[in-house]
Amino acid sequence: MRLMNKFWIILGHTYMTRIKTKSFIITTLLSLLLIIGLVNIQSIIDMFSNDKADQIVVIDDSNELFEPLNELVEQSNEKVELTSYNGTVEEAKQAVQNEEYKAFINLSINKKQLPEATYYANNVSETGNQLFIEQQLQQLKVSYATEQAEIDAATLAEINAPVSFQTVALDKTAKTDEELNQARGIVYVMMFVLYMAVIMYGNMIATDVATEKSSRVMEILISSASPVTHMFAKIIGIALLGLTQIGLLLVVGYTQIRSKQDELTEGVFTYFGIGDMSISIYVYAIVFFILGYLLYGTLAAMLGSLVSRIEDAQQLIMPMTFLIMIAFFIAIYGLSMPESSLVQITSFIPFFSPIIMFLRVGMLDIPVWEVALSIGILVATIVLLALLGAKVYKGGVLMYGRSSSLKDFKKAIALSKKE
Amino acid sequence: MTLKIEDVTKRFGSHTAVDALSLEIPEKEMFGFLGGNGAGKTTTFRMILGLLDRTEGNISWNGEAIHYDKSHLIGYLPEERGLYPKLTVKDQLIYLGKLRGMKKIEVVDKLTGWLERFKIPEYMNKKVEELSKGNQQKIQFISSIIHQPKLVILDEPFSGLDPVNVEMLKEAVIDLKDKGTSIVFSSHRMEHVEELCEHLCILHKGKQVVQGSLQDIKRSYGRKNLIIHASFPLDFLQSFPGVVTYKNVMEGCRLQIESEAISQDIFQALQGKGFIRKFELEEPSLNDIFIEKVGASYE
Repeated sequence: MRLMNKFWIILGHTYMTRIKTKSFIITTLLSLLLIIGLVNIQSIIDMFSNDKADQIVVIDDSNELFEPLNELVEQSNEKVELTSYNGTVEEAKQAVQNEEYKAFINLSINKKQLPEATYYANNVSETGNQLFIEQQLQQLKVSYATEQAEIDAATLAEINAPVSFQTVALDKTAKTDEELNQARGIVYVMMFVLYMAVIMYGNMIATDVATEKSSRVMEILISSASPVTHMFAKIIGIALLGLTQIGLLLVVGYTQIRSKQDELTEGVFTYFGIGDMSISIYVYAIVFFILGYLLYGTLAAMLGSLVSRIEDAQQLIMPMTFLIMIAFFIAIYGLSMPESSLVQITSFIPFFSPIIMFLRVGMLDIPVWEVALSIGILVATIVLLALLGAKVYKGGVLMYGRSSSLKDFKKAIALSKKE
Repeated sequence: MTLKIEDVTKRFGSHTAVDALSLEIPEKEMFGFLGGNGAGKTTTFRMILGLLDRTEGNISWNGEAIHYDKSHLIGYLPEERGLYPKLTVKDQLIYLGKLRGMKKIEVVDKLTGWLERFKIPEYMNKKVEELSKGNQQKIQFISSIIHQPKLVILDEPFSGLDPVNVEMLKEAVIDLKDKGTSIVFSSHRMEHVEELCEHLCILHKGKQVVQGSLQDIKRSYGRKNLIIHASFPLDFLQSFPGVVTYKNVMEGCRLQIESEAISQDIFQALQGKGFIRKFELEEPSLNDIFIEKVGASYE
């Protein structure tokens, strides 16, 4: 009872002091802003762009092209407005130079009875308008040309229709294209979230422990609560902090997306497949995330207990950062080659398996025993690391020296032993 | 509530930090650990608290091993002082107090009292890093005794304090003892131990050199100091039987003699030689005993 009590006190303290720090509040707010910004990106772009349509004047030498072209332009979403100009070509050019209009188009019909145009603007690379006008005119030209060739509209539509092309997986258990896309989406999310969590919160754990060591408050702490209690309270406390942060981002992100659903569902979110996925994939995601976090968290706490200065903590957790980076890169490779032997092997190696095995579960149909084995190895490694970590922690927190090498592991373990 | 240390040895690899230490620290008393750097004081304390495992021997308090379930009864001031620099005094003490089984409201109540006693009530909501070293040390001291422990271990409690603060802390320590707390403290300052402790032990390179009550130690030591101020040369006393050491001082000499009785022989021998302004027999100081036992002074 008392032991649990202390666990909660340390956990609460870790959580509360961290959540009140300026850096935490600032990063959370920035992330929130980023999310809101991303979701509302279209409105933001609209806000900054000029609402008024670009004014373009036209002199139509043929007297028949202006009307159909204007019709095409009005049908499109582009913010361009064409007006017929009642003056000479020279006057029109002058007007553009005086910036009364954005551009000036001189339309005519050539010898082959096809439309052609000259586009005048102060700066031809300034806007995408010329390209747009060119496309519209091209369309006009095609209809002129087909008319001359006496091809009817139906035939034309057939020529332009895309070819019919379907993929069918013959293996009944294989995932469909759609399923694969969805899995890829959620694996992406998992990859980034775990990567960020390890880098950010792993770092936090290590510096927290290192801070307590460097300020020498550690000796008082471990004289009141056992190092193991202390270590796990710290790891879980920061995990809860991470959940608070991620949860906040998810809630804000979700509500934002909901309010914008019409605009967005067609875009990115079909690709990410957050629509209708089987429950099991979410369960796997949570299990692998928690195990992955615990593994890296324990490693971070152990490394943090070895240094006596905060600056050294950064240096010592480098190997940990490398591990998660390697896992990240294998996962990127695995997204396109989920069946390669590299992915297969690394899905059983503890520091990679949280991401890689999850990737395999999502993208392939693999036997349950493989997943179970991978989780088993992961859990066993966490337990081993926790036991080792507790030893290192017990010795490490009393150890003050200048060096910050891996030799200290041995020293720390020796210090926690009887002789 | 006796603290018993039986035949405790701690080895770090081939180095023996504490060698077969046996002690009994009585309840409600103040017990002093004396020794220079590397004598094994801190290692012993850490073993008592269970921060380090002993290689051999046994430590018990009131017949039971000390575990974390007793930490609310124990207070500890480590030699390496440390608090959270970014936390306020109040938040800091609330956290540390809770870990020792206190409630928040009790902590604030007690802390207010202690800060007033140490004449620093305005530091309640200040961050620790803004405090001077001496004041940080007072806060640290408060953190080790705020939960009214039954056993307090103070590792060099007075080092780095000015004389006024040393007195303030000494009074607090004596008060604590009077209220029934057993106090173990270490120092390399002989006079602090001499002034405060009924019982003490002197450690040297991990070995226990002297142990017992202050009076017994002094009595069994036997030797006394004799100070003579006279108007005539006293050099002849150098070879006087029973004189151990001889040292010239400003107005005469300072002798160490084997026993009280020798002083009477000397007194006889001085008769008729001239004017004697001072003839004083003095108890040996701990410092004398230490030098004698260890063979060298470390101060």
